[in-house]
Amino acid sequence: MSSLDTPVSRRLQSVKHIIIVLSGKGGVGKSSVSTQLALNLYRSTPTARVGILDVDLTGPSIPRMLGLDGHGVHQSSDGWVPVYADGAEARLACMSVGFLLKKKGDSVVWRGPKKNGMIRQFLSDVRWGELDYLVIDTPPGTSDEHLSLLEHMAPVHSRLSSVIVTTPQAVALMDAMKCLSFTRAVNLPVLGLIENMSGYVCPCCGEISNVFSTGGGEEMARREGLKFLGSLPVDTELVSLLDAGEVNEDSANPVDATTAEKAAEPFILLNRYSNTSSAKLFENILDRLAVSLAAPASD
Amino acid sequence: MVQAPNPVADVPENAPEHCPGTESEFAGKSDACAGCENQTVCASNDPKLPDPSLPFIKARMSSVKRKILVLSGKGGVGKSTFTAQLGWAFAADEQIQTGIMDVDICGPSIPTILGIASEQVHSSSSGWSPVYVQDNLGVMSVGFMLPSARDAVMWRGPKKNGLISQFLKDVDWGDLDYLVIDTPPGTSDEHLSIVQFLKESGIDGAVLITTPQEVALQDVRREIDFCRKVGIRILGLVENMSGFVCPGCKTESKIFKPTTGGGKKLAEEMGIELLGSVPLDPRIGKSADYGVSFLDEYPDSPASIAYLDIIDRIKEVLGD
Repeated sequence: MSSLDTPVSRRLQSVKHIIIVLSGKGGVGKSSVSTQLALNLYRSTPTARVGILDVDLTGPSIPRMLGLDGHGVHQSSDGWVPVYADGAEARLACMSVGFLLKKKGDSVVWRGPKKNGMIRQFLSDVRWGELDYLVIDTPPGTSDEHLSLLEHMAPVHSRLSSVIVTTPQAVALMDAMKCLSFTRAVNLPVLGLIENMSGYVCPCCGEISNVFSTGGGEEMARREGLKFLGSLPVDTELVSLLDAGEVNEDSANPVDATTAEKAAEPFILLNRYSNTSSAKLFENILDRLAVSLAAPASD
Repeated sequence: MVQAPNPVADVPENAPEHCPGTESEFAGKSDACAGCENQTVCASNDPKLPDPSLPFIKARMSSVKRKILVLSGKGGVGKSTFTAQLGWAFAADEQIQTGIMDVDICGPSIPTILGIASEQVHSSSSGWSPVYVQDNLGVMSVGFMLPSARDAVMWRGPKKNGLISQFLKDVDWGDLDYLVIDTPPGTSDEHLSIVQFLKESGIDGAVLITTPQEVALQDVRREIDFCRKVGIRILGLVENMSGFVCPGCKTESKIFKPTTGGGKKLAEEMGIELLGSVPLDPRIGKSADYGVSFLDEYPDSPASIAYLDIIDRIKEVLGD
């Protein structure tokens, strides 16, 4: 791996920034943050080209969140063609093991070496093309997938950075701390920390409840000398939007976008997302992230 | 353009570039195999030798009456919280000996949730002693073995499997009525290992945990598929975080909307039992952070009542 010319490095040559979204704990919102990050980078300029790679092999959520459930991957002479979330415009490319499963209920029961092989293929065989950003969504923990990612991307290490997601609970913060130790051990720059699910606004009376307490993320960032990128409260609108997908076969589902709407708006998810309150909060997060990205922290 | 071939074969890390995979019929016979150090192993048709630790695990587990797995494909849906409540509820009866084993090696939450995060494991002539929350509730977790809670456990599969095997054979569990096993999210090394290690001793069943959103249900479907593939009995499904009562106006709202029918529909669809739904109560998370038993602290909460009903149902299903 010491040689700088590997199939992975050749493939990722045309990718400017690679951002890995991490969190020690599961279910804190890595995939939703990855999706939002990709959407925000996508809409930051009219020409930005963004890729999103889901390396959560045993629990891929990205296809659902981008409304791409049920799509398949095709092979071309130049590698696997990613699935484009924005249709014909082809600026938001997505790849996930979810696209390779025959049925959505199929389990991927793989041990480490097989996961490692799949990740290597994702990095070396996907025809991303020119990308400004590649966002990588990871599974919980600090194990095979994470070590494999870092190992295979060693030749492009200078373009790697990461974002840590946590919730305000002590159990999540503890795992976020482990995750931070991991980034230090592998010398991966951290752009900053995002606190997700900090508070819930009652849709009825507007009272804010700290369902999972609040403020812990900011506190941890201060203590560890990390940049605090911002906090995102629980946004039911966003939860429903990312969860509804554009349900393909169960078209009786009322949340499904109407066909007329789909035809009129090629990238309906982005339009809907732009109207959520999270989208507005995420703009600030993106601004802070852009600053970090321009001058990566030494951490 | 053609459909991409189904991904990778079983390729060991030290394999040559074009390794056909250890499970392939060409294993040890293809051109790429020449010179590979595993070639003779692959080429021979001898079945792989059984794991030498299996008899020891069987011996140790013979004094454990019931072994229950807590599973969920998705992370953060409340596996560890539920495991802890289940352990506490079993141990509420002084006559019942209960053990909790945390096989989430990279993100052990059980010690914090049970309020024993600063404890350490001691070893004696009869093995590692579990950490006791109370006289009849012993716990084992990798969390007790780390020099500091900040340390990351950056282990690949084989090392995690080794530790799980040790948890089963080297821990002095004693006579147990129940051993509740908390697992990490996903369907990977830890899950396969625990199933393999306990194959001879037998797993009494698995409780699956979900939240109402489709992203969680998708992963639970995969977990059900996994259970069926490896032949684990599913005791039932628990839906967590299924509604939130605002402390201000007492109106119940759905934070995580069941866009596709939630746990109820999934249970019907897959032919498994929905053991119950637990509403989201901010005090559950707080109790977990402070390491106190939610059931004891807030017995009147609708969530406590739901938990206790579910636990009773689990006992019924098990025939206890």
